[in-house]
Amino acid sequence: MGKTLFEKIWDAHIVVEKKNNPSLIYIDRHLIHEVTSPQAFDGLRMNHRSVRRPDLTIATMDHNVPTTDRSLPILDQTSAIQIRTLEKNCKDFGIQLFDITSHDQGIVHVIGPQLGITLPGTTIVCGDSHTSTHGAFGTLSFGIGTSEVEHVLASQTLWLDKPKPFEIRVEGKRKNPHAVTAKDIILSIIKNIGTAGGTGTVIEYRGDGISDLSMEQRMTICNMSIEAGARAGLIAPDEKTFDYLRDRKYTPKNYESLVDYWKDHLKTDSDAKFEKIYTLHIDNIAPQVSWGTNPGMTCDVTESVPSPEDFSKGDHNQKKGAEKALEYMDLKPGILITEIKIDRVFIGSCTNARLEDLIEASKIIKGRKISPHVRAMVVPGSQMVKKQAEDLGIDKIFTDANFEWRESGCSMCLGMNPDILSPGERCASTSNRNFEGRQGTGGRTHLVSPVMAAAAAIEGHFVDVRKMDLN
Amino acid sequence: MQSFKKIKTVITPLDQVNVDTDQIVPKQFLKLVQKSGFGKFLFYDWRYDDQENLKSDFILNNEKYKNSKILVAGDNFGCGSSREHAVWALQDYGFSVIVAPSFADIFYSNCFKNGLLPIVLEEKIVEKLQRETGMIEVDLENQIIKTSSEEIPFDIDLHKKQILLEGLDDIAQTLQYEKEISEFEKQSKTPSVL
Repeated sequence: MGKTLFEKIWDAHIVVEKKNNPSLIYIDRHLIHEVTSPQAFDGLRMNHRSVRRPDLTIATMDHNVPTTDRSLPILDQTSAIQIRTLEKNCKDFGIQLFDITSHDQGIVHVIGPQLGITLPGTTIVCGDSHTSTHGAFGTLSFGIGTSEVEHVLASQTLWLDKPKPFEIRVEGKRKNPHAVTAKDIILSIIKNIGTAGGTGTVIEYRGDGISDLSMEQRMTICNMSIEAGARAGLIAPDEKTFDYLRDRKYTPKNYESLVDYWKDHLKTDSDAKFEKIYTLHIDNIAPQVSWGTNPGMTCDVTESVPSPEDFSKGDHNQKKGAEKALEYMDLKPGILITEIKIDRVFIGSCTNARLEDLIEASKIIKGRKISPHVRAMVVPGSQMVKKQAEDLGIDKIFTDANFEWRESGCSMCLGMNPDILSPGERCASTSNRNFEGRQGTGGRTHLVSPVMAAAAAIEGHFVDVRKMDLN
Repeated sequence: MQSFKKIKTVITPLDQVNVDTDQIVPKQFLKLVQKSGFGKFLFYDWRYDDQENLKSDFILNNEKYKNSKILVAGDNFGCGSSREHAVWALQDYGFSVIVAPSFADIFYSNCFKNGLLPIVLEEKIVEKLQRETGMIEVDLENQIIKTSSEEIPFDIDLHKKQILLEGLDDIAQTLQYEKEISEFEKQSKTPSVL
């Protein structure tokens, strides 16, 4: 029987295999950041251990860095300590760090591919659940906890139970690909299979609806695999993948011979078997807006907020969850999504802060002003994205419309830095999680695509971006 | 890591599905650089009001559950962020066992790195346990939860059970495979980053 792409990558990385036990899997790339690594380095020091492969380990600071003027000191002392701790750890253990002053600094999942560190067929881990993003390049990439960060630092391996392969087919053509985006595809998938629909699996996204997507859009899809509960998500590499990674700062010298090898090896065999299959037809899908407190609580922009009864389809636990969510979100069933007014707009995060996201959003913004009662910000995914956008004059389009244009980082996706919602504020956000308090205690998050966020900023409430003219 | 001992305690029922790690320990507390002291931040937004007073309607604030070591929750517990701080907070607060119909993958594996026992049971058994008010015992060795009226068996992977019972240092174990790791590196086609 043939193998899936995931199984091929897995098999190629087995160091030790024992029956009915986890396998020892080799890790090709380890990305670290300031929040989930300090305790791991402490562990190494306590046990007099070193970092086995500093040459496979890359660090940046993204989670709690301010997105304001980088020349100013960090006011939050605990954040400053965490950042200094990462600097010291990288220096002591010989790890390359893209610090706050580096042109290559940015959200770890944005800079990996941009620098050519992410390569097809590799295993990539990071102490961050959105590591699944790198799967867009045909990698096996997943988030780990701090103990596992320490384990990888010390041994460059992890003991892992083998997840099951899950095929998600995305079929058809979107009628308006500028208005119905990769974000709407992945939110539709999560809405349908649920936030635990992928638990214990690695998803492979396949079908013409996926191969049509650019690399940046594919990253948006793989990024939110974790929101469907999956360990990882991946997409088989093709010419778009190889073109994207060619001539990056850290693209290997023997790149073309690697490409030849990848072309032959990195695809699912025609007779491979998946444990689960789900198919989404995208010809008629609409822009999506989340209304609740997990990413599965999402509906079309043309719909109204569902009642807990309708949402739960008879499951009493889901019904209770929906009731609690509506109370937290201060929404009543039956209200149209387009009637929901917003206070804030956040365009950013490892899900949707790449150059293409900013270009698409700017087409909605151009020549318009944001609604007077809305405060809106753009936080580019990396300093490189920021510079590329500025070279194209995109920053000017946003600032002319009264958006704030900021330095890169995770920012208001998780609100560890000063960029947070105030209690009760409602935000149209291009990020990945709408959990209670995620963007600030008492803050209310609606997950949308960059163009939907841009349209909401202009109108002051959600609108069907398909009805707006592009400038 | 400490080895896992038998536990006798009352249950804290947390009747909610999809309890995410942002709720277990909110992001403003992730800036610490040590592993200890996270218990006071556990379920912070649910436990405290704006003035940092305990909210009387949240289950953990009920005196009855003060010394409870077992949390029994709904489906998909620990979803979301990979933050191990969630496990550190649950443990530092006093929990040794979490029971749920299912756990998110990263949270589940983080538990075993710290000696916290996650037990998966069918939804209807979880709901019955949530109504149990007496003392119960969790016996990992024999994979049994004993209540006043019955014995509930649970499944756990043998390897993971051993890790908890013996409190093994994962990394020391792995480094015994130095030869295998080096050999793998010699034949690997993946180039270094720098």
